[in-house]
Amino acid sequence: MVVPPLIQMRGIGVRMGRTPVLRQLDLSVAAGEVVGIRGSNGSGKTTLLRTIATLIKPSEGTGEVLGAGLDTEDRYLVRPRIGLIGHEAALLEALTLWENTAFVARFAGKTDDDAAAALEVVGLTRARHRAANDCSAGMRRRAEFARILLIEPTLLLFDEAHAGLDSEATALVEHVVKSVQAQDGAALVVSHQEDRTAPFTDRVLQLNDGRLWEAE
Amino acid sequence: MSVPFWSQTVELAKSDLRSELRAGEVLAITIPFGAVALLLIPFAIGTDVPLLRQIGPGMYWAVVLLFGMLVAQRRTASEGQGRRDLIGMLGVDPAAYFTGRTAATAVLIVAFELVLWPVAVALYDARISGWAWTGLLIPLVAIGLALLTTVVGSIAAQSRSGQTLVPLLVAPLAIPLLLAATQVHEALRLGKGILGWLTLMVTMNLVLAVAGVVTARPIQEAQ
Repeated sequence: MVVPPLIQMRGIGVRMGRTPVLRQLDLSVAAGEVVGIRGSNGSGKTTLLRTIATLIKPSEGTGEVLGAGLDTEDRYLVRPRIGLIGHEAALLEALTLWENTAFVARFAGKTDDDAAAALEVVGLTRARHRAANDCSAGMRRRAEFARILLIEPTLLLFDEAHAGLDSEATALVEHVVKSVQAQDGAALVVSHQEDRTAPFTDRVLQLNDGRLWEAE
Repeated sequence: MSVPFWSQTVELAKSDLRSELRAGEVLAITIPFGAVALLLIPFAIGTDVPLLRQIGPGMYWAVVLLFGMLVAQRRTASEGQGRRDLIGMLGVDPAAYFTGRTAATAVLIVAFELVLWPVAVALYDARISGWAWTGLLIPLVAIGLALLTTVVGSIAAQSRSGQTLVPLLVAPLAIPLLLAATQVHEALRLGKGILGWLTLMVTMNLVLAVAGVVTARPIQEAQ
């Protein structure tokens, strides 16, 4: 039996106003694959991840993510199976790290014990009563890792994976990616630190000026 | 696993209220400012007790409206990209999100109204018998204002000038609420019926609730 790719995009284009951000982009990512994405600032990496996350509707082209068409209402249904770690931390700022994690757990159908375990894995148990907006960038990133561990996504989209992380937290990136991969999921990892992503990526794509190709 | 609609709504309202309690903007800033606004008007008018008694309800509801908009404005400011992404990617039902946010805003506005009510009664020498109807008007106005500010706040959040837009859009749309609330007191003072004004408020609230639920998904996707 042929397993369909988790991401399949053909001729995808995205415009922000009149400005084309992604152009004629083709992409296929299979289950179990970890793909690195590199590109200079403004090359369209974040837009690509947000398009795959179904948060941006393409202006042209066709595509499917986890079997849902990018222009169909099915895309709403697959969102909970996609873990997006973006530039801006997806946190409820005035709430503590514990409250944030417990909030995610409830929507993911998990228990408070699961939330506590996720915080333990990412090393935030002692800091769990700190408000998200009082935490450092690295701690906020760790809290996002806890969210990913709780929702157990089939597809992980990781923007600027190593930004603001110390060496210990860097190991968590690999841990989170591998936990998704181990469940036959896939991950797209954007990072400017290729030496850190190289050990766990299967291939690297280059995004320049909204166009995507296999990096050498 | 799909979380039931009302569980989502309660969870979202709880997290909103918890955030507000931490930030303390409504309780610590908006309420004192509202009280000061009510206090200033008698100074401007003078000690004309009959006049104060007559305009008291109108002043009270005008202050509720103006400061209710401030509550909405602050809540629009808290709608960052990260929060929107979290809600969107968790698969939260946009209608549940709208309902939860509206419920939290309504609770905050009710708190605002309840604290200011005795202040208004004391400053404007209002007759308590007339003000008893406030018990019914308080939740009706709070729900209406919460519905209106949540709809407008969601639309305005798409714009860079969102926070500025909120009062500009809410003020004219809230006129029926202000008018109905004030006219209920006026009708009671004159011994007239209030059913028409109450019907106006309930109808407006129902229209806003339906509009909010129906447009929740398109508004969320437009962000």
